[in-house]
Amino acid sequence: MSVEAKPTNIKNSFIDLFNQHKDELEKGLPDFINNKRPEALEAFKKLGIPTKKQEKYKYTDLSPAFEKNYRQYFKPKTIDFDINEIFRCDVPSLESKVILLLNGWYYDREQALYESKEGIIYGSLYEAANKYPEIVRKYYGQIANAREDSLTALNTAFAQDGFFLYIPENAVLEEPVQLINLLLDEEPGMTQHRNLIIAEENSDAKMIICDHTLSKQHFLTNSVTEVHVDKNATMDIVRVQNEHNGATQLSGLYAKQEKRSNFSVNTISLHGGVIRNDYNILLNGEGCDSNAMGLYLTDRGQHIDSYVHIDHKEPHSISNQLFKGVLDDFATGAFNGRILVRQDAQKTEAYQSNNNILLTDDATMNAKPQLEIYADDVKCSHGATVGQLDEEGLFYLRSRGINYKEAQLLLMYAFAHEVIDKIKVKPLKDRIHGLVEKRLRGELSRCNYCEMKCG
Amino acid sequence: MLTIKNLHAAIEGNEILKGIDLEVKKGEIHAIMGPNGSGKSTLASVLAGRELFDVTEGEITYNGKNLFDMAPEERAREGMFLGFQYPIEIPGVSMMNFLKTAVNEHRKYRGQEPMKSSDFLKLMREKKKIVEIDSNLTNRSVNEGFSGGEKKRNEIFQMAMLEPNLSILDETDSGLDIDALRIVANGVNKLKSKDNATIVITHYQRLLNYIIPDYVHVLYGGKIVKSGSKELALELEEKGYDWLKKESAV
Repeated sequence: MSVEAKPTNIKNSFIDLFNQHKDELEKGLPDFINNKRPEALEAFKKLGIPTKKQEKYKYTDLSPAFEKNYRQYFKPKTIDFDINEIFRCDVPSLESKVILLLNGWYYDREQALYESKEGIIYGSLYEAANKYPEIVRKYYGQIANAREDSLTALNTAFAQDGFFLYIPENAVLEEPVQLINLLLDEEPGMTQHRNLIIAEENSDAKMIICDHTLSKQHFLTNSVTEVHVDKNATMDIVRVQNEHNGATQLSGLYAKQEKRSNFSVNTISLHGGVIRNDYNILLNGEGCDSNAMGLYLTDRGQHIDSYVHIDHKEPHSISNQLFKGVLDDFATGAFNGRILVRQDAQKTEAYQSNNNILLTDDATMNAKPQLEIYADDVKCSHGATVGQLDEEGLFYLRSRGINYKEAQLLLMYAFAHEVIDKIKVKPLKDRIHGLVEKRLRGELSRCNYCEMKCG
Repeated sequence: MLTIKNLHAAIEGNEILKGIDLEVKKGEIHAIMGPNGSGKSTLASVLAGRELFDVTEGEITYNGKNLFDMAPEERAREGMFLGFQYPIEIPGVSMMNFLKTAVNEHRKYRGQEPMKSSDFLKLMREKKKIVEIDSNLTNRSVNEGFSGGEKKRNEIFQMAMLEPNLSILDETDSGLDIDALRIVANGVNKLKSKDNATIVITHYQRLLNYIIPDYVHVLYGGKIVKSGSKELALELEEKGYDWLKKESAV
């Protein structure tokens, strides 16, 4: 299925696209998903594609990505070979359950859902919506803001499939689930998949999300992920973004935490053309622990924008934001970290730190902390730095015989280390250490045996 | 081994070193003493190649080569070692990785193969004994969270690992209690041979009770105002620096 979106009027072309393909979009999906589409489309009609005139998108120009023509995938793409022949994740001894999404659709149509005897369910959202409508209905679209965020609205109007993970009360997912988003086509393509992650009371789970491009075409991803972390539950997400320079990745994460829950998201952005990661985390109960972290390594004309919004609604919660980046060549980046402490959220602790190293005079970073505090008994801090590598550290290393380039690498690596070190899945942590080192050395950072060599 | 002739160095236009002459031969230990602000640490930094300082005049030959043609890392590979007065903390760089990289860079320079991991670990174990350094420290990031004494001990440990032919120890004794001082000094003495030389920069005579110098030089106002044998250090201890200040003013 190939439909071209006209570049002239992006907004209208999406509306036309929707009207032309409404039946296909709705096919096989329950009402509680389809009923959200018209409203979302209306919101998108009002809001349009974000522009740099909007404060939230001041530093990221989305128009070049949206002006291109893309193939849309209203049903799964059929390929005449086994994806496993060209792609294999080689994180050693990572005992994870691997789920593949190909261009936004769950790949293994033979077994679209896995169910464990403890009641853990994971796999295709499309399938889950049909097989477990009572669960999906309860959570789908509950926290993603399709009224005010135009990209979320667009996703809500078009989403058909994606990843689904459900951890019932008291269940523990022993081995992490690994979701791998693959993009592969002979033509440029756009995907708008939707993920739904649910951790019920006292449950515990880890998951890994990897993004890869397997062919050199331009790709545009506009994904939305909703994460529900119920009372005393723990959810830990590590994400590795590794797409080529022609890829644009817009990813909206919405998380809602209940009492004494623990949520952590750590995004390692190794490579990508334009990356925009939104993190919206609502601390809806007392005593939550919340961590949003990121490491980005960019060079050439790459751009990365991290937008974080932590909403402390109830007292006694702790949130931490730790974002670090190394920008080389003429790469650009932005960080916008917002902490909102509502009036009732006494004894809140909210910390934010964003540190950047610019390796050249042409690299640019914009960091913007925003603290909005309405409670009077809180501990909050923020710090943003943009600088060069530590001269004294460099000299110390060189004085031991280590050459300048190697000393620089050691320091960059050390800088990145703090974020990587927070990864709790040990084999993945080790692998990421290796990948980051390779990336900083300027060696190709493919983390799979991919035959496409799209770089 | 090292010849310094009429060395002048400045930082941001302020001249700190105003004509230093010094000759260090292998097997010798030289102590450079002097009051605060006399230029001792500047001399150490200039020798090691810190770019913060501009050499405005003079020349230095090291192992027969022009020192100013060499980058800091080349000086190190040629056998120079600077023990820092304030060792730098480098969070995230493990001691192991740091030392392995340094040792292998030295080996590469000498045309040797990189060291096998097992050999490297053996070498580390051996050298750790010299400075009585704890494995807890060598398993951490470079100097991170080390106490003052641990940092200094770590400097001598690195010196032991790299086996320099010229060690410049900048105020290695400062901030050390008497036990730590003894351990550090013992380390230096154990590493001493007829083929290497040491320059000990210190404020106090105390260290020289443990590391016996062949020559003592007094640096004051950017110049060496007096040189002598180890007895000069004792004289300074007794009389302070004031008499030399007066003498040099004349």
